Amino acid sequence: MVEPAPMLRALLILPLAGVIFNAFFGDRAGRRAVSLVAPGVIGVAFLVAVFSFFRLTGLEEGGALADRLFSWIPAGRIQLDAGLRLDALSAVMALIVTGVGFLIHVYSVGYMAHDPDYARYFTYLNLFMLSMLTLVLADSIVLFFVGWEGVGLCSYLLIGFWYENDENASAGKKAFIVNRVGDAGFLLGVFLLFWSLGRHDVWTLDFSGFREHASLLTPELATAIGLLLFVGATGKSAQIPLYVWLPDAMAGPTPVSALIHAATMVTAGVYMIARMHFVYDLAPDALAVVASVGAATAVFAASIGLVQTDIKKVLAYSTISQLGYMFLGVGVGAYASGVFHLMTHAFFKGLLFLGAGSVIHGMEGEQDIRRMGGLAAKMPVTFWTFAVACAAIAGVPLFAGFFSKDAILFHAFQRSPVLWAIGVLGAGLTAFYMFRLLFLTFLGESRVDPHVHVHESPPSMTVPLVVLAVLSVIGGWVGLPEVFGPDVFGEFLAPVVGAAEHGEASHALEIGLMAVSVAAAAGGIGLAYAFYLARPELPADLAARFRGLHRLLLDKYRIDQLYDAVIVQPLAGLAHFLWRFVDTLLIDGAVNGVGAFVRAQSITWRVLQTGNVQHYALTFLIGVAVLIGVLLVR
Amino acid sequence: MEGHLLSALVFSPLVGAVALGVVGGTDARAIGRTALAFAFVPFVLSLLVLADFDPARGDFQMLERADWIPDFGVQYLVGIDGVSLFLVVLTTLLTVLVVIFSAGDVTRRLKEYMVMMLVLETGMLGTLVALDLFLFYVFWEVMLVPMYLLIGIWGGTRRIYAAVKFALYTMAGSLLMLVAILYLGWLHREAYGSWSFDLLRLYDLSIPAGVELWLFAAFALAFAIKVPLFPLHTWLPDAHVEAPTGGSVILAGVLLKMGTYGFLRFALPLFPHAAAAAAPTMMALAVVGIVYGALVAMVQPDLKKLVAYSSVSHLGFVMLGLFAANVEAVEGAVYQMLSHGLSTGALFLAVGVIYSRRHTREIAAFGGLWKVVPLYSVFLLLAMLSSAGLPGLNGFVGEFLILIGAFGRHPMFAAPAVLGMILGAVYLTWMYQRVIFGPLRHEENRALPDLTGREIAAFAPLIVLFFWMGVYPRPLLVRIEPSVKSIVERIERVRPPASTASEMARVGRPSSARPGAER
Repeated sequence: MVEPAPMLRALLILPLAGVIFNAFFGDRAGRRAVSLVAPGVIGVAFLVAVFSFFRLTGLEEGGALADRLFSWIPAGRIQLDAGLRLDALSAVMALIVTGVGFLIHVYSVGYMAHDPDYARYFTYLNLFMLSMLTLVLADSIVLFFVGWEGVGLCSYLLIGFWYENDENASAGKKAFIVNRVGDAGFLLGVFLLFWSLGRHDVWTLDFSGFREHASLLTPELATAIGLLLFVGATGKSAQIPLYVWLPDAMAGPTPVSALIHAATMVTAGVYMIARMHFVYDLAPDALAVVASVGAATAVFAASIGLVQTDIKKVLAYSTISQLGYMFLGVGVGAYASGVFHLMTHAFFKGLLFLGAGSVIHGMEGEQDIRRMGGLAAKMPVTFWTFAVACAAIAGVPLFAGFFSKDAILFHAFQRSPVLWAIGVLGAGLTAFYMFRLLFLTFLGESRVDPHVHVHESPPSMTVPLVVLAVLSVIGGWVGLPEVFGPDVFGEFLAPVVGAAEHGEASHALEIGLMAVSVAAAAGGIGLAYAFYLARPELPADLAARFRGLHRLLLDKYRIDQLYDAVIVQPLAGLAHFLWRFVDTLLIDGAVNGVGAFVRAQSITWRVLQTGNVQHYALTFLIGVAVLIGVLLVR
Repeated sequence: MEGHLLSALVFSPLVGAVALGVVGGTDARAIGRTALAFAFVPFVLSLLVLADFDPARGDFQMLERADWIPDFGVQYLVGIDGVSLFLVVLTTLLTVLVVIFSAGDVTRRLKEYMVMMLVLETGMLGTLVALDLFLFYVFWEVMLVPMYLLIGIWGGTRRIYAAVKFALYTMAGSLLMLVAILYLGWLHREAYGSWSFDLLRLYDLSIPAGVELWLFAAFALAFAIKVPLFPLHTWLPDAHVEAPTGGSVILAGVLLKMGTYGFLRFALPLFPHAAAAAAPTMMALAVVGIVYGALVAMVQPDLKKLVAYSSVSHLGFVMLGLFAANVEAVEGAVYQMLSHGLSTGALFLAVGVIYSRRHTREIAAFGGLWKVVPLYSVFLLLAMLSSAGLPGLNGFVGEFLILIGAFGRHPMFAAPAVLGMILGAVYLTWMYQRVIFGPLRHEENRALPDLTGREIAAFAPLIVLFFWMGVYPRPLLVRIEPSVKSIVERIERVRPPASTASEMARVGRPSSARPGAER
């Protein structure tokens, strides 16, 4: 049942109003006005999302709210409306986006308080919310793409927010371009899907239309479409091979990293696959690729995270790794589990980034954990909330991440024990590097520069931390494993994404698998304790013994250098060759050659045009003589 | 007046030009104001045409017909349809904006400059509404002269070379077209006993198969040079670099579209068999142009050259859409013509702004401009995003329709064309970074003044249209579609719709479902 709900458009109009206000009047209206309006509109949007959510739960199972805005692109067989749709999946996303988004807006008021470009910052941030909500609520894949590109634009603008630093600007550009590579694949997937259904005289670009007619696709087409769409997901959600932009994206202000590059935008690829699950259900091969790429990325990024010394870089690789888990989840057909992890990750990773921001703020800009240590006493709220988030991401039982990661690993085991084993390995690594970060930053000896006056952050920053910390604890309780109780979350999403088969797994197996992942987490935490608190000299020893490996990890496997050598430089070389040689010498040379040839001929033959009548008469005479001669000879 | 709206529209700039030449005076401000008033008249008239236009009709409206050279069947025949409608409005709008901008930009012989602009406008409008081939040819050549003079008189240091190259190149193409036009008139006489250049009659002329290909080639050469289609594009960067800002805006904004318009109005529907035969070649050249133009744009050190090569790339999309020849792609192509006119016009204006302040267009001479000229930076950002086809702005709608349409016809051409979208992001964001972001690299730029009121007045309408055309394209699309449909039907009559099934079979397993459901 689809119920018309014009209030959905408020979710777009509110942030749009914020954008317009901040862009045109922000500087004149002053900081106080901006501080009120920018978070205010998002707060109201959150209330609208909550209200819509309850209206949705009042409908029968599988219902949705819809709001058709206007006829957008009518052209031939393409009849596109701009329309919004709130079903269980988009409701969850809308709640996460507006909820976490609101907290981060509030936090930004404190974090950006001294920035001269305050209004510009909130213009971008509101614009991001507008784009992200468009992405989440779109009822057609083209409007979805508008949001998809829109969040990419905001990411570009916000990474390069402090544009006077060339590196920031380059990082923004890199993000935009790498995402475009993914988008190209995504668009081809959309085209192929459109025309594949068109073969059966079904002309649609709406998600509901796709869903209704997906069964018309052959497995081969579904596989091709699924893989092409996934190319887009690897860009937006930073998976192998297109993840390279995300670590650089940390150049942006830290609340931006929390909102865009951890909690919301980067999860859009996971959302997309859950949204298009009916295509993937027909394409086991495509799903296998999704799961494998996810698992590989999870371990690969985690291994880089082991040795990073920039607090935000550790979190960036951690985000890539956690996104890998989400893709592992959706890739084994457990769409609800993937989205579940998306939600808990939004809580604890948002919290981690905001905590890192609080540390950076309190340390007056320092980001290197080698110059931190012992901050717990001076920043108690930041420390305790950060510790909660670490427990959540490491999978300590009863914290949010435990349930969501466990759900993914459980379903992965059903599909393939190898994928499960990789996942467990990644979980151990995660526990290790996160507690390494926690210990090095907050505990142990202080390595802080004595000139730095460390201080706890203002309430506008710590209150969001506390709220997210609470969510990082209880957020997982809505999706309990079968052995413990009802999976409310999974049941809520089931009408949209289907329920993952539970298989024949016994409760004993469920508990056994759980025990293994708890052991992995405990091992990781214990190792981190041994390395960084008990015997701090150990890491240096190890690094010295395995110098090559350590170097390789520090250099992030030199993938950036590889891309530069294999793609960027050859492309630039080709472009120069085309310009200097093909365009200037060959093509234009030929054009000017024609001109020169004509000119040269004219100069040669000009000799004949003397202007002297006698010469012409002579020539004429010769001509006549020759003609007569020819005629006579014939 | 009602029955002669189109004629009034076409000749009002010419009247304005004469009047300006006679009464213009010498005071620059007065000339600017008078010229603006004269540029406004055709703009308002074009809005009246828009208001009178019946969106439901796919044929020509507001026809005016009179004998001109009766012995040879040459008529004064003008009319408008959904394809030319918005191109006409684009022309009158861009002329107004160029007049506003140039009044503050051109420092010598302002009156003559404005006169040339207005004469040029009559040429462009006439080309767009002429439905008699001979009349079309006359207007087509009329466009050449003022643009030649604009480049040659108000241009940069190599202006003579550029102007001559522009004129010779274009004329070389159009002379063959003239021969083909005359031949068509003669064919009409062979068939019906009298000469005629009436497009509506010539559409139904049956042309011998061997001849058709040659006639198509003659038209296609003239239009392909104008577009410009790779590899006939090398006049464009030179012309742009030397042309004054206003000239570049009109050249890229309107004149290039005369090439693609010519294909759609004449070459495709007059010679459908030949066009179908040539389609794979033309689409291949279009795709090469898309990628090639983008790559070469990427490494240009000169801003204007960068924008010029980006036009080669963008017009490649239009050509791809036209020769894909289904309703979606062709509609997208028409939309992209309009959209490109706005975004490239905006980019050239933007280049003009900093050129007028610094007298250089070298990208390396800038950097870190945001702090100095924030308003300008925002404007350039929007122009750049619009050109990059960001969804929500004008560029996306056309590109999307072209690509999805072309994919249905020939996936193997649409797939590499998507590369153009990636490369477009590369050269535009890289350019933007080097000009606007980073630290202020040159002391000379520290005191650059931000946009003047006059410049804002020239930019603002473009920005509004960026958003409008991206968010609510429907009012345009519904007026374009019936005409596109009738042209596509004319082409399809001889070319059976390429079954999408045959294309799909390469990708997927042949299915048992009925194939070729394309309408």
